[in-house]
Amino acid sequence: MAKRKLSGSDIVIQSLVDAGVDTVFGYPGGAVLPIYDALFKQNRLKHVLVRQEGGAVHMAEGYARSTGKLGVVLVTSGPGATNAVTGLTDALMDSIPVLCLTGQVPTHLIGNDAFQEADTTGITRPCTKHNYLVKDVKDLGQVMKEAMYVARSGRPGPVVIDLPKDVLINETTYEAGKKQPAKHKTYRPQIKGDSSKIREAVELIAKAKRPLFYCGGGVVNAGPRGSKLLTEFVRMTGYPITLTLMGLGAFPATDKKFLGMVGMHGTYESNLAMHDCDVMINIGARFDDRVTGLISEFSPGSKKIHVDIDPSSINKNVAVDIPIVGDCAAVLAEMIKVWKTTKPRKDTKALNSWWGQIEKWRSRNCLAYKQSKEIIKPQYALERLQALTKDRDTYITTEVGQHQMWAAQYMKFNQPNRWMTSGGLGTMGYGFPAAIGVQLAHPKATVIDVAGEASFQMNIQEMSTAIQYRLPVKVFILNNEYMGMVRQWQELLYGGRYSESYTASLPDFVKLAESYGAVGLRTTKPSEVDDVIKEMLNNDQFTIADIAIDKGENCFPMIPSGAPHNEMLLGPEDEAEKPVSEEGMVLV
Amino acid sequence: MDPIERHTIAVLVDNEAGVLARVIGLFSGRGYNIESLTVAEVDPESAISRITVVTSGTPMIIEQIKAQLDRLVPVHRISDLTDGCASVERELALVKVRGTGNKRVEALRIADIFRARAIDSTNNSFVFEISGSTEKLDAFINLMRSLGLVEISRTGAVAIARGAKGI
Repeated sequence: MAKRKLSGSDIVIQSLVDAGVDTVFGYPGGAVLPIYDALFKQNRLKHVLVRQEGGAVHMAEGYARSTGKLGVVLVTSGPGATNAVTGLTDALMDSIPVLCLTGQVPTHLIGNDAFQEADTTGITRPCTKHNYLVKDVKDLGQVMKEAMYVARSGRPGPVVIDLPKDVLINETTYEAGKKQPAKHKTYRPQIKGDSSKIREAVELIAKAKRPLFYCGGGVVNAGPRGSKLLTEFVRMTGYPITLTLMGLGAFPATDKKFLGMVGMHGTYESNLAMHDCDVMINIGARFDDRVTGLISEFSPGSKKIHVDIDPSSINKNVAVDIPIVGDCAAVLAEMIKVWKTTKPRKDTKALNSWWGQIEKWRSRNCLAYKQSKEIIKPQYALERLQALTKDRDTYITTEVGQHQMWAAQYMKFNQPNRWMTSGGLGTMGYGFPAAIGVQLAHPKATVIDVAGEASFQMNIQEMSTAIQYRLPVKVFILNNEYMGMVRQWQELLYGGRYSESYTASLPDFVKLAESYGAVGLRTTKPSEVDDVIKEMLNNDQFTIADIAIDKGENCFPMIPSGAPHNEMLLGPEDEAEKPVSEEGMVLV
Repeated sequence: MDPIERHTIAVLVDNEAGVLARVIGLFSGRGYNIESLTVAEVDPESAISRITVVTSGTPMIIEQIKAQLDRLVPVHRISDLTDGCASVERELALVKVRGTGNKRVEALRIADIFRARAIDSTNNSFVFEISGSTEKLDAFINLMRSLGLVEISRTGAVAIARGAKGI
């Protein structure tokens, strides 16, 4: 390959192009001006100008989550970097591959409290998978390659490269077109699972009387092949499956074997099956506290298999019987192979009675609600959204709160990478910029941010970005004029003292949209919901649909904090009977 | 409740900027204990440092600590020197004692019993160098308290597996 002398800025751009990156989300500033000048002189990388750096990271996350590719962010030093911290933490918690390039003051000024200086590597150390400070332009090419490899491989995550201004200006030789390293001297994620453990696991799966697959985002992160293999294996066994919030779409929601989401706002049948199963097959989920509920009473009678690419996820919250470290797709492929060769005989009688029990739970119809003629129920609005989008090429993002849980319950995902939500960190303001990132990656698709009026306002400035790039993103606001989930907890746990949870002084979202040259729609009547959704879907512009919903509606079913799975609240009538324990009060 | 165990863990890392902060930040961020921590470069040619950390926790926490350390990018290898292999562990301390007359004689006598060496001496003070297990150092320091103990500097434990095999 030809060796050329390039400036640090050109190396940054060349490395990104060589790695197949086509889009960068960023915001300029003093320390990154050399990169912006280099961007100006080329046309291989598209730069998307955001309105605040926090938005850039969420856009990169949406882009990455919907494509399986790396999301790339470019911000300046100091405030540019600190504004990115929330998004980086979000990407770390949800295992999203993001590369964040931050500007830095020139190396000779580092440590001098220079203008717009911040200790970026220090600040981002606990919220990234890894980070780098490049002090010599000679190291830059290698660091760029290594950083992208680390971000994408193993359990994906955010990686920061801090770039002092002089490093961006200095020149060195760069070998263009060189492939990314396939390995790293110290970092070696384990892809293939231990074969003897896999055989042991399949044996246990085959003998199960009350089995349950419990799968999560790790399957989605293993690529479309992971979901395909999971679907194949689940159908091969005929066992029931539940998915975590992050795993939705890894198995088709319309398949009868899918019991719905698990966890705090999961379905009755999923949570009771988790509690009562005798073999739990966890593939790519991490026993999050929102899933397990009261840990001491979590699935007390089950043998647990846990497949995870990250060894630190194993035995972290829940002790498991058969741990398998490896990539979900690789392990599933081997499990299928073993199943096919051993042709195990299942305990059909026990399985039939297990399914009978599950059908009984399912018949409680835990997601039922009463739609009135006067007020729009959020569940109704989402059911209509689901019905009217199911034949489209649809991607859904959400903000955080009640609307997020309702969307997880009522939207049906039959494919992975169609559902973008902030699961681990619970970042309000995630959904709208994420939707912009998704739309940029899929220009022809229908991209909807299911939002609450409070969350939407946390990154509302990105409307300007959506307009600038003519992105037909749809913001579907379930507007109850409250921080709904906060209000719900205050109702359940704090005697209805709604401290600061009312969203006062809301804008007129229709006029707001119009002021940006976008489309604004609003309805307060159930009879108009369909028309508003259709109008939203049938125009090719950025649209805000403001749906005024029942202000007092709570999100059910619910496992109150500190309770085990079999003590779910199914609706308002359960609330009074089961007060939350003191132990539960201190939990989040 | 599971019993709390004390473990000595050796970590081989790339000697690069910030690597110690990564390790320490992991312990503080996740609420793990550090009883002692020692670090120095052991292979200048390939710039590898060895960190010896003494920590405590339930067996599940110890397993977590090891897994979390192992997934840090600049970490080459970790080894639990308490679990799985026999090992020797030593700590070094410098102990300053001030006194005259009988106290001074007594301090010197006890130092002799503990095989501590006086490496600095004035008319009314000693600096002792002592090495051994953490418990031995504790015992020596406790005896020095009534004999004019002024100041202690300890290295924290270093450890290595017994036998011919390397880490």
